[in-house]
Amino acid sequence: MNFIFIPFKIIGNSLHKFIRELGNMTCFLARSVFWMFFYPYLIQRIIKQVYFIGVKSTSVVVLTGSFTGMVLALQTYYALAKFGAETSLGPVVALSLIRELGPVISALMVTGCAGSALTAEIGIMRITEQIDALDAMALNPYKYLIIPNLLAGIISLPLLNAIFVVVGIFGGYAVGVGLMSISGGTYFGGIKDFVTMKDIIEGFYKSLSFGILITWIGCYKGYFTGYGAAGVSKATTQAVVLSSVMILVWDYFMTSLLVA
Amino acid sequence: MIKVIDLYKSFNGRKVLQGINLEVEKGQILALIGGSGTGKSVILKLVIGLMKPDEGKILLDNQDISRLKGKSLKRLKERFGIVFQGGALFDSLTVFENVAFPLEEKTKMKASQIRNAVFHELARVGLTGEENKYPAQISGGMRKRVALARCLVMHPEIVLFDEPTTGLDPLTGKAVHNLIRACQKNLNFTAIIVTHEVPGIFSMVDRVAMLYDGKILAADTPEEIKGSKDPVIHQFIHAELEGPIVIK
Repeated sequence: MNFIFIPFKIIGNSLHKFIRELGNMTCFLARSVFWMFFYPYLIQRIIKQVYFIGVKSTSVVVLTGSFTGMVLALQTYYALAKFGAETSLGPVVALSLIRELGPVISALMVTGCAGSALTAEIGIMRITEQIDALDAMALNPYKYLIIPNLLAGIISLPLLNAIFVVVGIFGGYAVGVGLMSISGGTYFGGIKDFVTMKDIIEGFYKSLSFGILITWIGCYKGYFTGYGAAGVSKATTQAVVLSSVMILVWDYFMTSLLVA
Repeated sequence: MIKVIDLYKSFNGRKVLQGINLEVEKGQILALIGGSGTGKSVILKLVIGLMKPDEGKILLDNQDISRLKGKSLKRLKERFGIVFQGGALFDSLTVFENVAFPLEEKTKMKASQIRNAVFHELARVGLTGEENKYPAQISGGMRKRVALARCLVMHPEIVLFDEPTTGLDPLTGKAVHNLIRACQKNLNFTAIIVTHEVPGIFSMVDRVAMLYDGKILAADTPEEIKGSKDPVIHQFIHAELEGPIVIK
């Protein structure tokens, strides 16, 4: 009769593991936020991490932003032409980029560029006892490793999102005006008429939350990495996969909340 | 100075330490020997407060380390220094920056004072001229010496060494041992050295404790340990394959 219970056992174990991991992650974030308010504030480390997460991801964000804007303009023009509404190309491209594609794709790019590197770096520090060394010096590893990354994520992601959106709109302009012969005035005039501050703020909130999500997951997976090179490699993969999935899942809930 | 009483520690149900009792006097060097995976490094991490024991006490000047939290634990850690097995140097920092790190973060010393202190410690461990190199650019023996310099720059009362000569050739290993002894004589710190270097380590320590089966089998002077009739100690010291210790 025991085999009847095997599926329940498997589901139960998985659920237990998932809830425990979620609890550990929440405690990790809560501890980081708690220590954030205590001295020392390590401004230089935060600036260094803004450079690492933000500046070093800029080229990828510019590249993906421009091509996303261009392909979006092509596809949208094709659809709009069927309804004779080609003049709406500007606002459709801009709204898609500002509200959805900008925050999501820039976050996915940062996950690939900086999130994975973050996990690998902290993971290597863990397995080579560098984190223990910090702790043994009576220095709080959260203050030196986790909090600067979290704050850097919060600062960098909205800025990268802004870059992505602006470059994407100009990418759309290049296709719409350059290839499809829409006038530049119509393209930008439509954007001016239909894009509101609310759209921009919603995109900003999204990218802000993705900044926390990427650095939180990246730091957590690195901090509690397994043994050896295999442990770090597994943690890095898990961080990238979990961050990417969570960005899309959280995006849905956030959109539902903001639209409602 | 340090007194370990009935210390127990398990990992995932595996009992590693099963009632450790150990004492280290002020200014003494104690060598902690025993087979691989017997929990020697775990004892060091428990002593410095990086881990909490399941049961038992670790007294430092009659204060139980294992019960301390927050600022009291922080103050206690400041009395310790530790040299990790692989050195645990920050690989993104140069040799100079590694040694300067605790001074920059823990003291209010001026840049010029830090510079002087770092050069002084690097000279003590024989690494003058290597300050601009990164850990990846120096040898294993040099990394251990940088780790020692980083530890000593804060003038700790107690220094813990986790296998300071592992992975080094015999000559470099002996040089590291001599350096530890010389530094201890100069600075008069108390030390616990986890090592497999037997009987080589016996000439430089005051006492030797043998860890076996989760307990301290014997803790005595090097001469007494060397002359011990206990079959486990005899087999370990003489590296005999036949005997009560089962090689896994």
